[in-house]
Amino acid sequence: MSTLAGTGGLVRLILRRDRFLLPIWVLVLALLPVYTAVGINQFYDTPAALQDLYRTVVSTPGLLAMLGPVFGASLGAITAWRAGLVFTVVGLASLLTVIRHTRTDEEAGRRELLGSTVVGRYAPLTAVLLVTFAADLVLGAIIVAGMVGLGLPVTGSVAYGLSVTAAGWMFATVGAVAAQLTDGAGGARGIGLGALGVAFALRAAGDTAGPDSGLGWLSWLSPIGWAQQTRSYADERWWVFGLAVVFVAALVPVAFAVLARRDVGAGVLPARLGPPTAAPSLRSPVALAWRLHRTTMVSWAAGLAVFGALIGSVADSVGDMANESAQLKDLLERLGGEKVLADAYIAGAMAIFALAAAGYAIQATLRLRGEEESLRAEAVLATSVGRVQWAASHLLFGLLGPVVALLAAGLAEGLVYGLVSGDLGGELPRVLAGALVQLPAVLVLSGIAMALFGLLPRLTAVSWAALGLFAFVVLFGPLLRLSQWVMDVSPFSHIPKVPGADVTVTPLAWLLAVTAVLAAAGLAGFRRRDLVSGA
Amino acid sequence: MTATAIAVSGLVKTFGQTRALDGLDLTVNTGEVHGFLGPNGAGKTTTIRILLGLLRADAGEARLLDGDPWRDATELHRRLAYVPGDVTLWPSLSGGEVIDLLGRLRGGLDPKRRTELLDRFDLDPRKKARTYSKGNRQKVALIAALASDVELLLLDEPTAGLDPLMEASFREVISEEHHSGRTVLLSSHILAEVEALCHRVSIIRAGRIVESGTLADLRHLTRTSIAAELAAPPDGLLELPGVHNLEVDGTRVRCQVDSEKIDTLLRQLTSVGVRSLVSQPPTLEELFLRHYQAEEPAGATANGRSEGASR
Repeated sequence: MSTLAGTGGLVRLILRRDRFLLPIWVLVLALLPVYTAVGINQFYDTPAALQDLYRTVVSTPGLLAMLGPVFGASLGAITAWRAGLVFTVVGLASLLTVIRHTRTDEEAGRRELLGSTVVGRYAPLTAVLLVTFAADLVLGAIIVAGMVGLGLPVTGSVAYGLSVTAAGWMFATVGAVAAQLTDGAGGARGIGLGALGVAFALRAAGDTAGPDSGLGWLSWLSPIGWAQQTRSYADERWWVFGLAVVFVAALVPVAFAVLARRDVGAGVLPARLGPPTAAPSLRSPVALAWRLHRTTMVSWAAGLAVFGALIGSVADSVGDMANESAQLKDLLERLGGEKVLADAYIAGAMAIFALAAAGYAIQATLRLRGEEESLRAEAVLATSVGRVQWAASHLLFGLLGPVVALLAAGLAEGLVYGLVSGDLGGELPRVLAGALVQLPAVLVLSGIAMALFGLLPRLTAVSWAALGLFAFVVLFGPLLRLSQWVMDVSPFSHIPKVPGADVTVTPLAWLLAVTAVLAAAGLAGFRRRDLVSGA
Repeated sequence: MTATAIAVSGLVKTFGQTRALDGLDLTVNTGEVHGFLGPNGAGKTTTIRILLGLLRADAGEARLLDGDPWRDATELHRRLAYVPGDVTLWPSLSGGEVIDLLGRLRGGLDPKRRTELLDRFDLDPRKKARTYSKGNRQKVALIAALASDVELLLLDEPTAGLDPLMEASFREVISEEHHSGRTVLLSSHILAEVEALCHRVSIIRAGRIVESGTLADLRHLTRTSIAAELAAPPDGLLELPGVHNLEVDGTRVRCQVDSEKIDTLLRQLTSVGVRSLVSQPPTLEELFLRHYQAEEPAGATANGRSEGASR
């Protein structure tokens, strides 16, 4: 079959290009449920405790919306529920992998280079589907092995592993179809993520609808819903896998059929034309930076707002959860009431949002490096735009973006929590403060990225390593009993846990000062150095 | 306005181990179209980047429009436009938006000229930059530069992605630019393009200018290779002026001849009777090899040299 010629070589090429990325997401996503099981086993070590947890979850719509339905009170069933986001994330990883090796390559012109060698028309798509399917299969197998290793039932573990694999396979095919539709990888990713979002929303709606509403069938419209409805560890329903098989078997031919009919580089959806002239406002580096940053900024703000709303909807029931356990209630009352638990939950969520926003801060600031590497910076700097002016235009969004994103998260979370708890006026400012107090730490990462860009442009990736280190210290430091000076390395350790704790201004002011110094150093460094394009 | 638009002397730039510029001297007079010739990696792009203040020279002096290209970068950039050899654009912006944006950042562009150039280069400004081919991206950068009201154009291999038709349009436009008094520094490795457009030429090799002068001055560089099959063994070719590297093998003749002496040589050959004739204008590579073989052994062409940090 000449249309498949070269598939083997392309499989090796994909494995070579993704030799770090692929093992990382497979391993992380496979170990997540396994560790979840270990954790649950530790905290809920009796069947009675698991039963308590089960009853709480069933009656908490927020938890069902975020993680999915729970089908039993066994350790396995609770784990499958608690690690429910794995289905979505595996879907996301599979989808992005397929698009990365199809449409992204095509857009970059690499596909053309390959097409001129002995590579069949269907080979690239076939190769990436094979790799992704195999990766999902390995992922599932690791889950099965891990779960069985923990002593969970074999049948349930196989069903669970397979359901995760099925979620990956289904969204890999969604990615394969999406990649055929648009002429740009960004558009293809948008279609794929949109499909994933709709699947998630349908599932969340169906799972929270309750047995009496008659809307439970909504979950059955969602591939993520199917993966969960296989009911691993709770009287497995094997026939549901049939739906996944039909889904994959239906979409794969669609992707290949479209591929067969279109030109390399072209999409099916018509490429949208832009304006023939620029808007009058597009006349400054800041206006250009806004054009380049706005989509990312809105996406981050929307994403964090959605998660904020989810957390806000659950936070109140976390407090309620305490009422279920007399001991816990007693303990909490001595600590300051059940509100403490809700507050701690919100503050904890804010700390996670802050880490995400810090990732965005780095991403936005390092847009500078991307522009420089791609030589687009030259085009601007060869006009009468000064170095500092140009760098500052992107740095602006490296600072402003995270502020907007965290503001959106805090507003959404505070609004929903306020409405649920019935004290909007009281809770909104408290929750919002919890979001804003994170900013000084988040912006330090913009500062680090900017300093590296200005002074050591080839080492800008170190900013990500720094974030990884800070995140590790914050998330695992207390658990590992790291000494205080190690903890102090992370800017996030200096952030008070708001709502709940008191705010002292001094550490926050220090963090802002550090950011200012780093940013100034970066700008000064960039003013003096040569432009360095990609390797 | 002074007589020299660009004055560079003793310019040195190293990237790690690589010495990209090694004492480069370059003078471009105001109002001329100056060809900047050299193979890939010879240092053309590095020179232009220093002139743009994107790179800082390690040693030597550079003056651009009577300013310091590093210190006075922003003021100088109002008066010049640059077209890189490898044009990358913002994928989500349309071609028209990029043209307007770059023009405005430079200090304004002539809308009439813009429309006219779009027409002449046959570019659809509504397409998103991501959908443009290499040639079309180059057109975007060219139109943005040519529609700006500037004194100096720095063009780095601007026709590398253009088809022959567009190349012709490009030559026309550049001659017009010259007539309206603009200075152009045209870096290229296409000898024909340089011959058609430039008044003076500087040839760069391994980071140095090895030859600089008017085209007439450099005419001695252009030799044509002749390979002929004759009716009878030739006679008296050796005595002909302007004939080099003559090889006679029975009735077969191979030689190189200075361009202005072709006529004499051909007369001589036809007098014997020509069965077949192949004549090849010299490629730039050949010119370099022939002219500088004495200094560096053949094979050490500048071809494989890295262009420093440029790629």
